[in-house]
Amino acid sequence: MKRFAQLFTVLDQTTKTTLKTAAMADYFRDAPDDDKLWCIALFSSRRPKRAINTTRLREWAAERAGIPLWLFEEAYPIVGDLAETISLVLPLPSNPQDHSLTHWVNYVIDLGMLEETDRKSGILKAWDQLDGVERFLFNKLITGGFRVGVSQKLMTRALAKATDQPEAQLTHKLMGNWTPATTSYHALILTDDPAADLSKPYPFYLAYQLDGEAQDLGDVTEWSAEYKWDGIRGQLILRDGQHFLWSRGEDLMTDRFPELAQLVDFVPPGTVIDGEVLAWQGDAPLPFSALQKRIGRKTVPKKLLSEAPVVLKAYDLLEWQGQDIRDWSFKKRRAQLADMIVDLPDDLPLRLSDSLTADSWQDLADQRAISRDLGAEGLMLKRLDSPYLSGRKKGDWWKWKVDPLTIDAVMIYAQSGHGRRANLFTDFTFAVWNGNDLVPFTKAYSGLTDAEFRQITQWVKKNTLQRFGPVRQVKPEHVFEIAFEGIQESTRHKSGVALRFPRMSRWRHDKPLQEANTLGDLKEMLQQYG
Amino acid sequence: MGDLLTFTDSGIYCEKGGFYVDPWRPVDRALITHGHADHARSGHAHYMATHAAAPVMRHRLGDIDLQSIDYGTVQRIGDVDVSFHPAGHVPGSAQIRIEHKGEVWVVSGDYKIEPDGFSEPFEPVTCHAFITECTFGLPVFKWQPQNNVMDQINDWWRKNAAAGRTSVLGAYALGKAQRILSAVNADIGPILTHGAVENTNDVLRAQGLILPDTIRVTPDLDLKSYSGALVVCPPSGFGSWTQRFGAQSTAFASGWMAVRGVRRRRAADRGFVMSDHADWDGLNTAIAETGAERIFVTHGYTSIFRRWLEDQGYDAQIVETEYEGDALDQTDPEIAA
Ligand SMILES: [Zn+2]
Ligand SMILES: [Zn+2]
Repeated sequence: MKRFAQLFTVLDQTTKTTLKTAAMADYFRDAPDDDKLWCIALFSSRRPKRAINTTRLREWAAERAGIPLWLFEEAYPIVGDLAETISLVLPLPSNPQDHSLTHWVNYVIDLGMLEETDRKSGILKAWDQLDGVERFLFNKLITGGFRVGVSQKLMTRALAKATDQPEAQLTHKLMGNWTPATTSYHALILTDDPAADLSKPYPFYLAYQLDGEAQDLGDVTEWSAEYKWDGIRGQLILRDGQHFLWSRGEDLMTDRFPELAQLVDFVPPGTVIDGEVLAWQGDAPLPFSALQKRIGRKTVPKKLLSEAPVVLKAYDLLEWQGQDIRDWSFKKRRAQLADMIVDLPDDLPLRLSDSLTADSWQDLADQRAISRDLGAEGLMLKRLDSPYLSGRKKGDWWKWKVDPLTIDAVMIYAQSGHGRRANLFTDFTFAVWNGNDLVPFTKAYSGLTDAEFRQITQWVKKNTLQRFGPVRQVKPEHVFEIAFEGIQESTRHKSGVALRFPRMSRWRHDKPLQEANTLGDLKEMLQQYG
Repeated sequence: MGDLLTFTDSGIYCEKGGFYVDPWRPVDRALITHGHADHARSGHAHYMATHAAAPVMRHRLGDIDLQSIDYGTVQRIGDVDVSFHPAGHVPGSAQIRIEHKGEVWVVSGDYKIEPDGFSEPFEPVTCHAFITECTFGLPVFKWQPQNNVMDQINDWWRKNAAAGRTSVLGAYALGKAQRILSAVNADIGPILTHGAVENTNDVLRAQGLILPDTIRVTPDLDLKSYSGALVVCPPSGFGSWTQRFGAQSTAFASGWMAVRGVRRRRAADRGFVMSDHADWDGLNTAIAETGAERIFVTHGYTSIFRRWLEDQGYDAQIVETEYEGDALDQTDPEIAA
């Protein structure tokens, strides 16, 4: 696994995508085919299932390290990662070995099938053969938590470089339910697939946030307005009896939303729709958390399909009858889109995102004000005579978001930032009151000015109660207004809630500590908007 | 009869000797373990430190009333006998041994037990009570031998030089920077230094320590003629100061770099695990070798380490101090100006 560990180390040590891509391309050029295939599988979230109960693993690691379990448990949150904590506390291997990545992945898969005592001796044996990064990676594999800072897209780009194939073609080859057990590197990557071109998406057009006044955009009748839905932007391609769904990050998401498959029978081939995938029930979207359960799932269990069914809210039409119509005006494209959808059966998971009618900007502002109640984030404004551009271009499309939700919270932990801000405390944990206790509920990194960050940094240095490595627990004293875009239930957080896009919107010098909001206030927001 | 040393708001105090060790508030008489800012503060009336620690202290604190002393020399102060013993932390660093009628207490200051080829190597001192730092008092901190780390640093520098990149290494201006300079393979290329590092270099060279040739970075230095250089600067010099070097690879050398999360948050290209503090095994070895029954733990993971020591049968207590350990986020006072 040395070669793979070396690759992982390079990927882990750099933030530069060019270096990451080059390192991966090198790996795809010179690693054995079996290992390449496993590498692709691991980087496309096809890791083997977790083989081990982590409670046992902690006990075994502490035992092998000759330390009491309590000490291991104290060290774990400071390191912040179980696989890493284990690899750090263990003694040096007495029997170092260099086996391939494939050997170790298979070893992990086999471990999953053993009785507990055999499993334990299997793991102790592996720990005694591996060191450093290799031991860490092995632990990641057995705990099922293998993740690297590399997107599937970046991996695909590297593979494209190494094999001289177009990226889109490879993206297509990598989709589906393959595992290293069901295919080979040769069959998966090197064999040609004539269907690849069929799936090719158009680049997305992205809108800018409107910071000024809407009326400055000119005559309201030159604009189209619609609600901005909070789902996953997607491009649905229907060509030659097949369908493909791409995300904005150009991930192929077709298999994650199987309910869209039936559209092939109703929408004419040669159609490409830009829209938003939303979990939807009746007339309204489900909370984003419902959709979140479906993101990241390659296959969807039946239960989830009925609990969180999705629809595609159609915004725009990019291809019609096999023709690229992106240079038509938005008005004309919309009319064609509406025409097509109106003829479809009502129960299909394809809905038109309704245009709002308005005589004045004030009229639109009023409709925008109620977006959150409808489950939307605000309005999208699109110039009626604009073509469908690619990328982020200013002028024709604007996001006109509602004001964020806010809550006043107490700062309880601080951590220094990175890069330019490495000398400042910029990463904070905030809490709300629950009786006399402060319950942490969110972290926030941005929103203050540099001067404010400097000021709080000075204060943190003088008011540290305890240190946990780079994290400092500080005296509860300062209240900040935290702005966020949404709130949802979370079992992973002590507070029971998770916020979307939290940031510090104001330092409430005026607010005494006791007047910060409570957990009850948060729960109420969850009721209303979650 | 009370304890030989007590812990006050001003620092560690010896009533029988009428002095403090590394106090953080101005006092009359201060015995100083080493020249780091959190141990040697300004404002005391009288200072005492080792000969080797004195020049850096004068450099940092200006014209102070400082009596310096050899390692191992016993000096009577008040009713106690005091001596300084190498702590292996930075040049001149000492553990301070205090004896009264056969009862011996030792204040460790900061220490590491692996010889680094630059600082006076750590010497265990037997005692009844040991006041120890525990900056890295967790079993996840285990240092590799210095040679391994230096191989990694040399290798990183060599590769950068071959690719036409400058190697920018963040290391503390007193101690870590010189330890690396003294051990690095200077044949790889030129070595440039930040003013804060070079000021300390000057002081240490003047007292006879050997460092390779280095070039101080000044605004008018023609950087183009030093391609493939190694630049050593304090961690706080990262960012605007290092921009001038163009294509570069950045790295930190610190014990915290053992933790992947910290390494990633620091956003440097590399993190070399090298500390001037003892690792887990080092702390445990040092404590065992003192033969002490009473252990007081100061900066670091004090509550965890105390409980561990108690598990091992020691009478262990936590002492609240204002020492900062190897704090990554600490602003280096020497370049604040
Ligand atoms: Zn120190
Ligand atoms: Zn210290």
